Amino acid sequence: MKRYWNEYQKEIADDRYFYERSCIRQTFFPGSEAAFLKILREELGKDICDNPHQHTCTGIGYHSDVVPFDTTMTVVARLFSLMKECGYSNYVPSCVTSFGVFTEVMAKWAENPALKEKARQYLWEACRREFEVPDNIVHPSDIIYKFRFDLKPRMRYQLVNRFTGKPLRVVEHIGCHYAKIFPEQGIGKAEFPYVLAGMIEAWGGEVIDYPERRHCCGFGFRQYLVRENRGYSIANTKKKFESMEPYEPDFILTNCPGCNMFLDKWQYTIAEMERKTYDRDGYGIPVLTYEELTGLLLGYDPWTLGLQMHQVQAERLLDKIGIAYNPREKYAGSNGRMLNPPAKPECLLV
Amino acid sequence: MGYLIDYLNQDVRFEESLKACMNCGVCTAVCPAAEFYEYDPRRICDTVQRGDEDALEQLLKSDTIWYCGQCMSCKTRCPRGNVPGELISVLRRASQELGYFSQSEKGRQQTQLMNTLQRNILEIGYCVYPDRVDPDYHPEQGPVWRWYHQHIAEVAPRLGANYHGQGAGALRDIPQEDLDEVRRIFEVTGGMELRKRVTDE
Repeated sequence: MKRYWNEYQKEIADDRYFYERSCIRQTFFPGSEAAFLKILREELGKDICDNPHQHTCTGIGYHSDVVPFDTTMTVVARLFSLMKECGYSNYVPSCVTSFGVFTEVMAKWAENPALKEKARQYLWEACRREFEVPDNIVHPSDIIYKFRFDLKPRMRYQLVNRFTGKPLRVVEHIGCHYAKIFPEQGIGKAEFPYVLAGMIEAWGGEVIDYPERRHCCGFGFRQYLVRENRGYSIANTKKKFESMEPYEPDFILTNCPGCNMFLDKWQYTIAEMERKTYDRDGYGIPVLTYEELTGLLLGYDPWTLGLQMHQVQAERLLDKIGIAYNPREKYAGSNGRMLNPPAKPECLLV
Repeated sequence: MGYLIDYLNQDVRFEESLKACMNCGVCTAVCPAAEFYEYDPRRICDTVQRGDEDALEQLLKSDTIWYCGQCMSCKTRCPRGNVPGELISVLRRASQELGYFSQSEKGRQQTQLMNTLQRNILEIGYCVYPDRVDPDYHPEQGPVWRWYHQHIAEVAPRLGANYHGQGAGALRDIPQEDLDEVRRIFEVTGGMELRKRVTDE
């Protein structure tokens, strides 16, 4: 097979990153965010700034059409202003929607300098601030991809089934706005994105190619956020599950926190509605973030990473890899107090 | 040019979202919304490109423009470099500003979105925050989300979050002076004006 991704590699800064927090990731996967920062600082020795004055990029509001473009680009300009204040020039928006927003704003400013000037005027009028555009904008998954071979020697585990000795078979799902809007911004571009596949292959796993690999997770912004529209969201996710089911993946890996949540939670919903799961045994297919996967292979505690936040349980996958964990600590609070576990679903096995 | 086409042209995104569509239909073939709804982005491009003011007004008053999920798969595939998903965003903005959104069921949902998403941004600095993802409104989130929602103050710190804390970190409270600057951006750039058009506040 022709390896198209070798034809294009994007520039990824080496160090000194300005980190921007994701609405969805901090809400559903705060452990992944903490793991990403820990991996960069403690495993790779990188400098990454988490500025307390940052805020949303407005991306979900923008794509739900409740925030005008002029507002979004000026909010982006304020975030760039914070970066400038801190003395950084490599911007890392942690959500794929954010990454899409930033690449869109940068592209429009490049094509239309008057628009960039308008953003300067808006930001000055609103905040008395000035900004500079970053030298480099990358998604956090780009950084983990860049350093995947540096991380490998530090890893305690590989993506190998310890019972069979064979590579684990992995479905990767790339968030649409990572490369579909601006293909040149994604490793491997839009059709053959390699950002997650590169991690999987480097760490011993096998990537599954399947027909609906590039289909949207089904979020659809207003199509999920308004309850009456959610049929759109679950129907599109179901299409992906039906397409990947015959390949019997060991787990799904994502680089977008929203996609991860939908691929996890819609499995629960489909199981409860139709008594259908997409694995053989009724437990569903575990869905990991790339930060969780990296942390697990490095030997981080699964419950500190937040694997208990997923509705499809990950223990069977941990057992396949041979990752040690204490089941009694799964539902402990931060002070060690044991909390009552979540209720069990009627159909999805946990 | 007609009034509505001129109106759309005021949006900087309009010109680049629709240059010259040859009606090949690739956008419709790849579109997740077209699989679920009676939705055809090719026809939308055609309607706008024809410049028929009556047809355009009907489009802006219809459910049709609200079916798109903004995945932007159409941008990758269009052989002419058009962006139907971005064109939709331009049409939705015009529909709201001109008041046409209120004439369709899907359009009227913007009031709800304005009262959740935009309010979240202005009040807490993020589009989404766990306190505001109510398990009763989100039954699809399942029992694990209900558990987390109930125990977040005890669980979030274990995951490295700074839940309602000061300073840096996930789930922290954003300083009021930063929220004030974000609100001022909305006031200066038309975000609050759009809110007024949609919510009558």
